[in-house]
Amino acid sequence: MNMDRSLSTASSTTTRKVGDGVSDQFPAGLRVLVVDDDPTCLKIIEKMLWNCLYEVTTCTRAEVALSMLRESRSAFDIVLSDVHMPDMNGFKLLEHIGLEMDLPVIMMSADDGKDVVMKGVTHGACDYLIKPVRIEAIKNIWQHVVRKRRNELKDFEQSGSVEDSDRPRITTDDADYASSVNEGSWKSSKRRKDEDDEGEERDDTSTLKKPRVVWSVELHQQFVAAVNLLGIDKAVPKKILELMNVPGLSRENVASHLQKYRLYLRRLSGVNTPFMGPEEANFRSMSSLDGLDLQAFAVSGQLPHQSIATLQAGLARTTTTTGISMPDQRNIFDSEISKLRFGYGQQLCNSGKQVSILPGLPTSMEPKQLPHLPHLPQSVQSFGGVGFQVSEGTSAFLNTSTSLRTTLSNHMHGLHGNHGSPLMMQMAQTRSRAPSLNETAGGHASRIPSTIGQQIFSNEISGQVLERSKTILNGKSAGCNPVSQASSVVDFSMNHMTELAGNGIPLASGTEIFTLTSTGMLQEGGNMGLQGSRGFAPRYDMFNELRQPKTHDWELQNVGLNFDTSQSLNSIVQSNTNHTPSVLGNQGFASRKKIGQNMNMYVVGNAVISSGEANGHGITENSAQRPNNPLVENSFGVKFEAIPDLICERLLIADHLGQDDLMTALLKQQQGVGLVESEYNFDGYTMDNIPV
Amino acid sequence: MDVSQMQRQLVDYTASLFREGFLDDQFTQLQQLQDESNPDFVIEVVSLFFEDSERLVNDLGRALNQPIVDFKKVDAHVHQLKGSSSSIGAERVKNSCIAFRNFCEEQNTEGCLRCLQQVKQEYFLVKNKLESLFRLEQQILAAGGSIPLVE
Repeated sequence: MNMDRSLSTASSTTTRKVGDGVSDQFPAGLRVLVVDDDPTCLKIIEKMLWNCLYEVTTCTRAEVALSMLRESRSAFDIVLSDVHMPDMNGFKLLEHIGLEMDLPVIMMSADDGKDVVMKGVTHGACDYLIKPVRIEAIKNIWQHVVRKRRNELKDFEQSGSVEDSDRPRITTDDADYASSVNEGSWKSSKRRKDEDDEGEERDDTSTLKKPRVVWSVELHQQFVAAVNLLGIDKAVPKKILELMNVPGLSRENVASHLQKYRLYLRRLSGVNTPFMGPEEANFRSMSSLDGLDLQAFAVSGQLPHQSIATLQAGLARTTTTTGISMPDQRNIFDSEISKLRFGYGQQLCNSGKQVSILPGLPTSMEPKQLPHLPHLPQSVQSFGGVGFQVSEGTSAFLNTSTSLRTTLSNHMHGLHGNHGSPLMMQMAQTRSRAPSLNETAGGHASRIPSTIGQQIFSNEISGQVLERSKTILNGKSAGCNPVSQASSVVDFSMNHMTELAGNGIPLASGTEIFTLTSTGMLQEGGNMGLQGSRGFAPRYDMFNELRQPKTHDWELQNVGLNFDTSQSLNSIVQSNTNHTPSVLGNQGFASRKKIGQNMNMYVVGNAVISSGEANGHGITENSAQRPNNPLVENSFGVKFEAIPDLICERLLIADHLGQDDLMTALLKQQQGVGLVESEYNFDGYTMDNIPV
Repeated sequence: MDVSQMQRQLVDYTASLFREGFLDDQFTQLQQLQDESNPDFVIEVVSLFFEDSERLVNDLGRALNQPIVDFKKVDAHVHQLKGSSSSIGAERVKNSCIAFRNFCEEQNTEGCLRCLQQVKQEYFLVKNKLESLFRLEQQILAAGGSIPLVE
């Protein structure tokens, strides 16, 4: 009251809370999540942020923070995290966030040792603050948000910058595209991408709004297949473009995607232990991403053997080909990969360290699965690739079966949950990030995308895989099931999937499966399993998009892919939350807007999902609409079950991330039949059914 | 003592705390963060610090008295104490934590125990000082005066 103390910066103004993100008074209203186990520091930083007119949410535990983020990825713009925390290493959290949500993360610590700061850099932190933190440092954190968004946009839009050699061969179109990154690309991509959803403008703030080419799972698979055919060293955008033969796809699009992919690969192989050779790495990446990565992880040693075995068993069961045997995981993947020519898969496995097996992400599984995907071998592959990036991240996630659960859930959340296309976003992000991040975060960037991808895959795949590997997953995912709760999003609901099986797909254990999908969402439904619908919402989009080719009755076709099923599933699943499925459809991924442009991938998903809406699910837009998401997820989950392929595919596709497994799973599914065969599950990975 | 006298006393007292190294610039930051919307901010934060530190000091004592000392754990506690003390500007406590961590690295139990003593001492000292400071502030406020900003 009578404190004459100088007022802090606060300017009394107005809107302290903006509510949905960037407000006009940006940076005021920036939504910050602070994680620190030290209550003193937390309070101080909270006050500082408050004084800067930011919207603050505090958290003393990393797990809680992660679940909050998963639940609603778009609820925050930036995260501040302490490095040393009792329940989870700050860097781990950083990785998770990067992969799953691709939000900018600033690390803080009283520790200013060079190696710790370096760790922050390599893990992808966009800044590192030394405690005690001063308000001046806090005031400027908004720059990271803007920078990230711009980079995403730029990365995404950028054409062929990586492929210098191709530059001269740019066609007029390309030239057009290349001339002005934003404008040109927008136009050209718009023109060219009839196949993808162009319109996803992620930019929600000051960034440019450019339609991005959405690298759907399918597209990515095709991309990866083409790259593999040509050989990663010889793959040039022009040739890839030719091989892919996708109307509307420009060389620039391919070039930038390739750049990201390469970065991703590099990261994967760099991160991974020498465990896999370049080829393997490729494969690995695929596998890792696929959610089946679990296997990968297992292989990489990340996953506990038993879990892996279980997974494998499960997978093996379901996926005839997958054969994710642990010991041979790599091999399997490799072989799978070779089949698929995915480069991604294995990476995850290899990246031992990365192998944080996403709880749901059967990374390892994926690679295998992919081959099976008849339908989308390519797309799957692409995911794999994409997944790679993700894989990296995922590996981290996949670490343990339990983590599987969580990871998956996390991922799933990321993927499904909040934003429907977390994966996508991530992927998108990663992609854009990859180039930029690679430099810095090295693996991190890739991780992030992969995480997302993985997650998505994981989730989805998890679901699928889970189903298949019910045994495996169940064992492992024991976590998964449990995960259903907040973290289990990843659970891929394998368990749930089975439930979802309503369609006929025998859902494995519980409905946890979906947990993966929308971590956030799943939780909502409480049914971890089917929750998927929620979480899947975003996913659905992906899948929907992906699925298009497949169009199973489920729905994938409509985007509502998931949704449709979800509808049915919903009833089955508990996902009660039939939030408007539509949400997912379009927006699910779109929600990722936050994520920015990258999310195109997801966007696709979203778009797809929106179709879902038709179902009535109205998948909410991924983002935060949790409530909606649940539907999506549910539908997703349901879908999974019913449409194992679809889902898987979608997932895979969506995930680009490399969820090779997903793809495979999806593919399998497609082939399969339906879920019934697949045990339901997430066979995404085990794509037995994948009609490869 | 009238209000202005109390205010003068407060200013002098605060200045001495800074001079003697009990408090550093970070404490000033805290004071500057305080505003009308949060008039007890500094007291709240410092109270949190006291609670947390006491817990940490107890944990440290326990950990160091184990037959087999887990230095990683000890280091983690010290690190945290260092972080929170530096955040509120308790400079001497922070410095003693730095020394403490060195002994942890060397896995020197004796050295650690000595440091713990030092930390405890510094902690209680600064606690007393701050409590006196707050008391003085409250008195001024109760008497209708305002708290002068100490630079």
